[in-house]
Amino acid sequence: MSLQATTSQTVGPYFKIGLQWLNCDNLVGEGVSGERVTIQGRVFDGDGVPVPDAVVEIWQANAHGKYNHPEDTQKKLLEPGFKGFGRVPVSPEGLFRFATIKPGPVPGPEGKEQAPHLLVSVFMRGVLRRLVSRIYFPDEPRNDTDYILNLVEPARRSTLVAKKTAGAPGALEWNVVLQGPDETVFFDLGL
Amino acid sequence: MKCVAAYRTPYPGTQPDHLHPSYVSSIKRAPTKAQVPTPYTLSEVTGPSFEPGIVGPTACDLTRGHHGEPIGERIIVSGRVLDENSRPLRNTVVEVWQANSAGRYMHEVDQHKAPLDPNFTGCGQAITDTEGRYRFVTIRPGEYPWRNHYNAWRPAHIHFSLFGPAFSTRLVTQMYFPGDALIPFDPIFNCTADEKARNRLISVFDWETTMPEHALGYRFDIILRGREATPMEE
Repeated sequence: MSLQATTSQTVGPYFKIGLQWLNCDNLVGEGVSGERVTIQGRVFDGDGVPVPDAVVEIWQANAHGKYNHPEDTQKKLLEPGFKGFGRVPVSPEGLFRFATIKPGPVPGPEGKEQAPHLLVSVFMRGVLRRLVSRIYFPDEPRNDTDYILNLVEPARRSTLVAKKTAGAPGALEWNVVLQGPDETVFFDLGL
Repeated sequence: MKCVAAYRTPYPGTQPDHLHPSYVSSIKRAPTKAQVPTPYTLSEVTGPSFEPGIVGPTACDLTRGHHGEPIGERIIVSGRVLDENSRPLRNTVVEVWQANSAGRYMHEVDQHKAPLDPNFTGCGQAITDTEGRYRFVTIRPGEYPWRNHYNAWRPAHIHFSLFGPAFSTRLVTQMYFPGDALIPFDPIFNCTADEKARNRLISVFDWETTMPEHALGYRFDIILRGREATPMEE
């Protein structure tokens, strides 16, 4: 029998009550390998005003390119200190920040590896169903051949690649721009 | 060569569009450019998984954990979490939050002049059992005004957040109550074009879970996206 997925509704302005128990802005537990990075950014609305009531979630593989999930059957190392999930509400200034590691490459379409990336979900008041995006890494030669990045028109690809922060090694910046010429690329996953 | 089975695409109209002008907050926040369709890869078909122990034994009872009993009508909200192929989804985390019986959230931004209840925070968590079942004990939330338009009131609702087995199955939604006179006027409820789809957000009064001398029962089944039968070449 076939059912239809339940309709999405906005997370509303008061999600903190229900979601903060699972907040996690530091994904790196003990003994985790990989290049340490912090990803910091802000969420901006159509007027360029910071959004004070959004929540950002990330999902990523570990440094070996292995997801902590039964469907990842690759013979790669799992690390108990790295689950790969993060959730942070933005500050009143629209700011969010994760401490994590740069993931290894994972398999992609046509038998090719994907460039290292994080998946992102963004929820907020005024957004009726979640926004899905990806964060790629700067100075990463595999970005040029990444299947998903190449589905995006070239002029907009930069919205998916985090920027280095001058003078701060490992500090990356990636913003969520909801509207306008610099609008972040969001992906259609069907829902 | 690995194969990844896609998740099903929703039927037209059963999920809201991003821009719904009668819900004023969507106007400056809805993306304006077309979203880029992507194939499903290992990234989208995996997702955070949780052990049952992550949820404490009393986290599903919102009427406990305070010094006294909250004010309001005690209710039982329960249901099953299934996928679109009717398979129960077990070990799925269900997060809920809501206003108190006076229609006020325990949140610093909520300035509605209704009393806070020191015995009610309004948040709970559950993890589904092997049959996909969850169950919360709570207080029926109150309706409350908001500033979307003149004399705007939200119908009583409980916010739900679910993970399911993959990144692609993540869902945030709201549950409503049968017979609520405000539902037909609510721009958030009405943002979904398909009438049957939005009406499924209304819980059903349920004798089976109603507890004599204690609490009325409401049933709310939640369907997360299911896989297509045929894997795609990866």
